[in-house]
This record gives sequence, structure tokens and C-alpha cells, in this order.
Amino acid sequence: MIFVNGEPHEVPDHATIRELLVELDIDPEATGIAVAVDSEIAARGAWPVHEVPDGARVEIVTATQGG
Amino acid sequence: MVEPLFIAGRELCSRLLLGTGGFARLQTLAEAIEASGAELVTVAMRRLDPSAEGSLLDVIAASGAEALPNTAGCFTARDAVRTAKLAREALQTQWVKLEVIGDERTLLPDAPELLAAAEELVDDGFVVLPYTNDDPVLARRLQDAGCAAVMPLGSPIGSGMGIANRANLTLIVERADVPVILDAGVGTASDAALAMELGCDAVLCASAISRALDPVAMARAIRLGVEAGVLARGAGRIERRTHARASSPPEGMPEFAE
Repeated sequence: MIFVNGEPHEVPDHATIRELLVELDIDPEATGIAVAVDSEIAARGAWPVHEVPDGARVEIVTATQGG
Repeated sequence: MVEPLFIAGRELCSRLLLGTGGFARLQTLAEAIEASGAELVTVAMRRLDPSAEGSLLDVIAASGAEALPNTAGCFTARDAVRTAKLAREALQTQWVKLEVIGDERTLLPDAPELLAAAEELVDDGFVVLPYTNDDPVLARRLQDAGCAAVMPLGSPIGSGMGIANRANLTLIVERADVPVILDAGVGTASDAALAMELGCDAVLCASAISRALDPVAMARAIRLGVEAGVLARGAGRIERRTHARASSPPEGMPEFAE
């Protein structure tokens, strides 16, 4: 189990970030989003191969009104 | 028209930056961007909400402006640096408006954390535009740390109280070698005009526009206020004097019989 934006999620073992996004109904080709795994930025180019470890805390962020 | 402004080598024709916070609808934001003439529009970085309607970034792109990410909501240098890096990754820009807040009620910056974050981000190649208070010493420190501009507040974020300390703002302007962008506290057009008259290079408004009764009209007004302020400063105003100086000649007064 991992945590995505603070919420628990069950994902298959060795799921990659790309697979996780697809599972969450987020288009992995969409621009304007960034992903951090356990407080480390995950480069977009590595999403198809970057595996999310069990227990990881994943943050998926985008631009919102504010600032 | 006013001369262009250069920040980190980039030319900006507009002296007004717009924040996106506070607009009730994206359509209003789109119209306000156009009315304001802003080329840089700030955005916050938050968790992706799949249920959110519309795309802020699409609206900004369609307007021809560019999104400037902000580390709004961060209270530590560590969080601000991480947020800036996420923003860089998400928006593919090296530019960041740096905010590190020390107090939830006033939203005043945490100076030590702000400076630490600025130094780290400059080191990492960011173009850093720091939101700061009106302390000339801190502004100078931020500039010396390599920030591309300094953004002193006029008064607390969203307060609409205008420029609380003209003297300090003037000191900041006098001592800065980088652009000075008044950021926070603008309430209406006259505040923006005054900022430019005092020598600021640009103004950033969010609440003054987004929370006005008619945001689009206020965007237009503040745009004109900024332009008026620039023109007035360039025109060389008269000195303030305690006594009057008649504008009509004393000679040639007609005399009337008693």
C-alpha cells in the first residue's frame, strides 16, 4: 500500500509512477503536473521505469489559483 | 506607453503582474488577464484534484501570459525549496516567486527561512523573485544572495491597506540594483500608482483585482494606475512645500472704485 496525496491506495508491487498515474485516471502525458516520491522529485522522463516502493508517500501536484 | 522592464535578462512590456488567487471563476480570470495586460501571472502549487473543473494553465496559456509559480503556503525553507523544485518540474520554468511565511495571521515573511531558501534556490539555478517585507536590510540581503528582483510588501497580503511605509519602500528602491516589484497590500489603482511614483519597477496585484466587485474593471484601472505612476515619476513632480506658491501672477490686478 502507498499513500497518494495523503490518501492510502493499493497498487500492484513494483508499479511504476506511469502505471500509478494511469490507475488514478491521470493522463501520464499531461503537462503541468509533477510527482514526488518520499519527498524526492521524480523526473518525468523516468516515470515509465521509476518503481514506487511499498509504503511510499507520493505527492502529485499541479498549478492552482493562488500565488 | 512605458519602457520595458528587464528581469533576469527577460523583457517585459507590462509593469503589472497578476495573481490568480481569489477569482471566483476562470472566465473572470481570463478577462482580467487581458484587461490588466499582465505577462506574468502567478500560480500556487497544490495537490492535483481530479474533480477540479477547467484548466488554469490552459486559461493562462490562451491569454498569452506565462505562469509564474509561487511557493505560497510554505512556512519553512525546506518546504519552499521542495515546492519550487516541483514547480520547476511541472511548469518547465526556472522562475519562481519565493514565499516563506512566518505567521498565519499576518502572512509576513519568515526572514531567516526566506533568505536560506533564496540562497539555496539561486545556487540551484532558479531565477528567484522573493516576496519580502519592507525592511531595506533584508531586501539588500536578498539581492546580494542573487535574487533577480525583490518584492517588498506594501501591507499584508489581501489587506488592501496600500503602502504602509513609504519611507522604507523608498529606501529599498534607492538601494536596489535589481527590479523592485511591490507585492501585497495593493487595494486600488491609486496604491499602484503611488508604488510606481515612489520608484518601484512593477506591481503585483492579486486580491485588489480578484476580490473587487468588478475584477475586470479594476484590472483595467490598476493597469492605468501603474502607467500613470510611471509617467508621473518620469515627468518630474513639483516639490512639496509648507507654504503656498501662487500660480496666478500678482501684477496687473484690475482695480475697482469703492
